[in-house]
Amino acid sequence: MSAVQTQAAGPQGLKAKHQRLVLVVIALAALIGAALLAIWGLRAQASYFYVPGEILAVRPAPDRGVRLGGMVEKGSLRTEPDGVTIGFVVGDGKARVPVRFKGIVPSLFTEGSGVVAEGRLGKDGIFVADNLLAKHDERYVPREMKDMTAAQAKQVVAETQ
Amino acid sequence: MIAEFGLAALWLAAALAALQFLAGSLGFTVRGGALGSVVRPAAMVQGVLALTAFAALIVLFCRTDLSVKLVAMNSHSAKPFIYKLAGTWGNHEGSMLLWVTVMGLAGAFVAAVERRLPEPTMLATLAGQAFVSLGFYAFLLFSSNPFERLDPVPAEGQGLNPLLQDIGLAFHPPTLYLGYVGLSIAFSFAIGALITREVGPAFARAMRPWVLGAWIFLTIGITAGSYWAYYELGWGGWWFWDPVENASLMPWLAATALLHSASVLAARNALRVWTVMLGVVAFSMSMVGTFLVRSGILTSVHAFAVDPERGTFILALLAINIGGALTLFALRAASVTEGERFAVVSREGALVFNNVMLSAILGIVLFGTLYPLLAEALGAKVSVGPPYFNPMSALFAVPMLLVMAVGPLLRWRRDSFARIRASLAIPAALTMLAAIGLAIRVQIGVLPFLGLALAIGLAVASLLPLKGCDFRRTPLPVWGMVIAHLGIAVALFGMASESAFTVEKLVAARVGETTPVGPWNVKLVGIEPVAGPNWTALEGEMHASYRGGAPATIHPQARFFWAPPQQTSESALLTRWNGQLYVVLGEETGDGRWQLRLWWKPFAPLIWLGGLLIGLGGVLALLGRVASDLRRIVARGKIAYRRQRQGR
Repeated sequence: MSAVQTQAAGPQGLKAKHQRLVLVVIALAALIGAALLAIWGLRAQASYFYVPGEILAVRPAPDRGVRLGGMVEKGSLRTEPDGVTIGFVVGDGKARVPVRFKGIVPSLFTEGSGVVAEGRLGKDGIFVADNLLAKHDERYVPREMKDMTAAQAKQVVAETQ
Repeated sequence: MIAEFGLAALWLAAALAALQFLAGSLGFTVRGGALGSVVRPAAMVQGVLALTAFAALIVLFCRTDLSVKLVAMNSHSAKPFIYKLAGTWGNHEGSMLLWVTVMGLAGAFVAAVERRLPEPTMLATLAGQAFVSLGFYAFLLFSSNPFERLDPVPAEGQGLNPLLQDIGLAFHPPTLYLGYVGLSIAFSFAIGALITREVGPAFARAMRPWVLGAWIFLTIGITAGSYWAYYELGWGGWWFWDPVENASLMPWLAATALLHSASVLAARNALRVWTVMLGVVAFSMSMVGTFLVRSGILTSVHAFAVDPERGTFILALLAINIGGALTLFALRAASVTEGERFAVVSREGALVFNNVMLSAILGIVLFGTLYPLLAEALGAKVSVGPPYFNPMSALFAVPMLLVMAVGPLLRWRRDSFARIRASLAIPAALTMLAAIGLAIRVQIGVLPFLGLALAIGLAVASLLPLKGCDFRRTPLPVWGMVIAHLGIAVALFGMASESAFTVEKLVAARVGETTPVGPWNVKLVGIEPVAGPNWTALEGEMHASYRGGAPATIHPQARFFWAPPQQTSESALLTRWNGQLYVVLGEETGDGRWQLRLWWKPFAPLIWLGGLLIGLGGVLALLGRVASDLRRIVARGKIAYRRQRQGR
């Protein structure tokens, strides 16, 4: 309690300028601390986006959340006996990654169309998705997929046909 | 004809904004009384004209006038009336028109009623408001004309995104916009006060009702938006740290800080520079949010259109407004004299601490939202989600919540913990008890654990300022503070409980099968096709019974809209006092089973109840402030009247 009391007695002794300075220093310290923490947190927690070729080259750690984007290969989609788990293969024309997902798929998710899967790449090479994003409508396309449809999708479609 | 009329009104409004800016800035420098007297009427007429233009667009949407490009792109004749109306602002151009309309009306209102500040400060303020508006008028007229005609006229419109065809949409965006744009008034007041060096309690008192009003709308808007995302998206979550959600959260954090620092300035004449700074920052955050959303540079379900030209335009507006304001701030901050001093342990001290914590959280959210852009410039595609935002913001939110429990009990200027120790014993003991109980009984994450324990102590502590008060004589702003702080505790409890105790089930069920989820048994009774005005749907009939009680019937749907063609899921909710059952109907699996996703979310509705309480607290505080302002005006009027009569 004694520390509090000395502080409480402080302002009479402190010059006006000093109090202002102390406040500014404390605020700056807190904000810089926040900024440093943010940078550290972002490096540790940002989830990277990969296409199949990249993810197989990089092989992110199994505990790291990442996103995988590509085309759902035709004929690869199957439902497991529980009725709610699906497996399919995401490809970009160069590489193929098997994906497992438990849940209700978005309405525009079909074979031969683009998808972004959020999840983790397991040690066994199977990508376990927590969430699937499919193309919502013409005016909302995940940007990564937009790039992909321009650069890679045509090629993918040409190869699958 | 109506489109041209609307466009003309918009041009006239822009011209009046230019007049208001020129007359305002000349009027207070040259002290030209004649020029200065133009400013208030110009502001009022400008507001009315902007409203006229907006009304014209509403009429076009309600009539589904397909010769107007915006209507043809975003509406459809078969849409229910309420969504035709709501479609007016459910698109880029319409929402920007709503933006300038609210700015114009807010400026008009200030011009009409605000008489406390010195006239030069008022002129500078209104000139500032006009300057910001002008930028947005230019944006509308040159790159987003909502009244553009289409030739040839199409036979039918393209319809509105079905996700947006919900009653939530009808009220959520306008509410948020009132909040965002209401902060422009605080921004302009800050500019006016900086220009005329009139930063003091009068400035804070003039600004406070505006900040409060905007803050109320933001609070309600964010709460409603969160609930809308919760039941409409069918993902079971209520906050996704989506850029658009962050875009509304950031101004709210800044406005919350501003609200509290303005109180210090008004009551104690301290924190002058800081309050002005927050006034600038709060609206800047609104503009940053708009830029992020409207430019389409970030992926978001809310992004209407990806248009680099528009993005560049808003970025330029942003640079001019924020850059200009910060430059002015840098030039004038040193000359704003020091306010009253205070001890570290005092009401002011606690408020300063929480202001800094709020700013730190704001920084965390801003960084996280912008990081994907930064990373993309460096060649990596990343997204930032809850694993970053939750722990990082909690790091600052926890100390803030602790100080929030103590702060309202402290006296202004100087106090000691010894004095309030006794009153804090009960909440502290409750928090400890809750923590011990939780630690023994359940296995939950660190954040939900802290949230639940803190929420209980905070709820009790937030009521303590009323202890020993005569309830009838307690001023409304005190009631407002107590209820808003209680709302924080209630919402926190809901969030923590939802995160800790939610039970999720994902099954494929046959008709007649029963699925247990938490204390519920949910039976799939049947699936029927149903039809709405612009959709058809498969509707499940399900009987849900709580702990073997009488079953209640719920109807989740999978809807298929045909204009534009899209599928949405309408989740079914069953609310009890202690939580919510949430059911989504998926697809048929091919062997006669139906995918069902069920959640039991204990105390989840408290999240939004808390949000409403926070808003209600704001409303009470605002009513109290406005009432005392009115009383003062009436009293002053009476004195003037008496003097006049004695003079005769």
